[in-house]
Amino acid sequence: MIEVRNLSKSFDDKLVLNKINAKFEKGKTNLVIGQSGSGKTVLLKCLIGLYEPDEGDILFDNVPVNEMNSNTKKQIRQALGMVFQGGALFDTMNIEENVMFPLSMFTKMNKSDKLERVNFCLKRVNLENVNHLTPSELSGGMKKRVAIARAIAMNPKYLFCDEPNSGLDPKTAVVIDSLIKEITEEYNITTIINTHDMNSVLELGDTVNFIYKGQNWWTGNKNNIIQADNKELKDLVYASKILRDFVKK
Amino acid sequence: MKILYLIGNYGLLMKQVFRKPCNRNMFWKQFMYEVDVLGIDSLGITAFISIFMGAVIAIQTASNIDNPLTPSYLVGYTTRESMILEFAPTMIGLILAGKVGSRIASEIGTMRVTEQIDALDVMGVNSASYLILPKISACLIINPFLVTLSMILGTFGGWLAMTVTGMVPSDQYISGIRYSFQLYNVFYAIVKTLVFAFIISTISATQGYNTSGGALEVGRASTKAVVYSSILIILFNLILTQLLLG
Repeated sequence: MIEVRNLSKSFDDKLVLNKINAKFEKGKTNLVIGQSGSGKTVLLKCLIGLYEPDEGDILFDNVPVNEMNSNTKKQIRQALGMVFQGGALFDTMNIEENVMFPLSMFTKMNKSDKLERVNFCLKRVNLENVNHLTPSELSGGMKKRVAIARAIAMNPKYLFCDEPNSGLDPKTAVVIDSLIKEITEEYNITTIINTHDMNSVLELGDTVNFIYKGQNWWTGNKNNIIQADNKELKDLVYASKILRDFVKK
Repeated sequence: MKILYLIGNYGLLMKQVFRKPCNRNMFWKQFMYEVDVLGIDSLGITAFISIFMGAVIAIQTASNIDNPLTPSYLVGYTTRESMILEFAPTMIGLILAGKVGSRIASEIGTMRVTEQIDALDVMGVNSASYLILPKISACLIINPFLVTLSMILGTFGGWLAMTVTGMVPSDQYISGIRYSFQLYNVFYAIVKTLVFAFIISTISATQGYNTSGGALEVGRASTKAVVYSSILIILFNLILTQLLLG
């Protein structure tokens, strides 16, 4: 479980996160939603350690990050899997090397064991016979799947996904959503997903945190988001006219 | 103030770079890759420019010797000295600042804007050390070879030009390149090369690593890397010459 308490972050004079409180539970897909510029990516980057919060605590399994020693922090880092918006696959490596990278860097596995693990992870995300292709030879959806394979290679306890569906066609987006949900439940990991895709919210939202102007404006789940009595949330959920008309009918 | 900011940024990054690599095997693999792309790929341009520049130096020297009492072997001597003292270390340094420097800055800059560096950091890899240290090591190892090759090929280019044009007999030119050879000059050239290699790799890497934005900023970082490296090469050329030969 990951918990955030009174987390604030500003850049120069601009307050981006304002005393955010949230709990992200184990074995569930925890969504962070909000408009572009609302602060969800900054929140995610604080959680994965790319940004240092100005105030507040981040707790991994009830242990505050700022009270951890460097060894524990290192262990936590190696238990993190991250799927970036664009995949962030290494251009100079082929797919096999990309997925193998964390294994080569942090384990003493021999080459055949690493290869077996790579093939297992690629198979898990429904990709086969792509080992020797380069990232530039893959479609957007395939890149995302390779990024997921790389993220799960080290058996992470925490999985972070930054807008995993952006730039994908609706069918591929559903495939990626299902894959993330399956992996979360199968490995019983804490998954946090940043998104503003309403299909993902309704598909995956075991818990949903709506960030508005840097604050955690609303917390709920996919079952009560449609009926939520919150103007700002409704503006986001019903931004599409088709959806508004559909709900009215 | 901006210069202080740049120097501070450079110092902080170098502190991160010169840490023990996370994994020696990965460092070695990355180092060999950099030797190939930064060094071996520069062989062609180094050889081409050196041969032609040596030929030009020889022709210019030969055509400017009017006095019949001046021995013609001086053409070989002048070509060799020009190549060793200045052309090979400084000119090749400037050319590598363009070729290698822009490559380093654009590669690391692209990795920054496409979040590949963030991906390394999230995994717990010291991204600065993993990406930059092999590049610095590769430049420090391979550039002296490139410069030595340039000295040899430049002197050969001069001989070729003299032989083809008949301006200086071959035996006279060869006797000139053997005349009054001082090993210290080669040492001076290698010291300059090592300093320039460090400048090119670290300045370009700093520009790339601190890129933010998109493709336009990557282009800007690449241009800045070449400009700053070239200015520092010219500046350190003067300082090192005064220190080692003055």
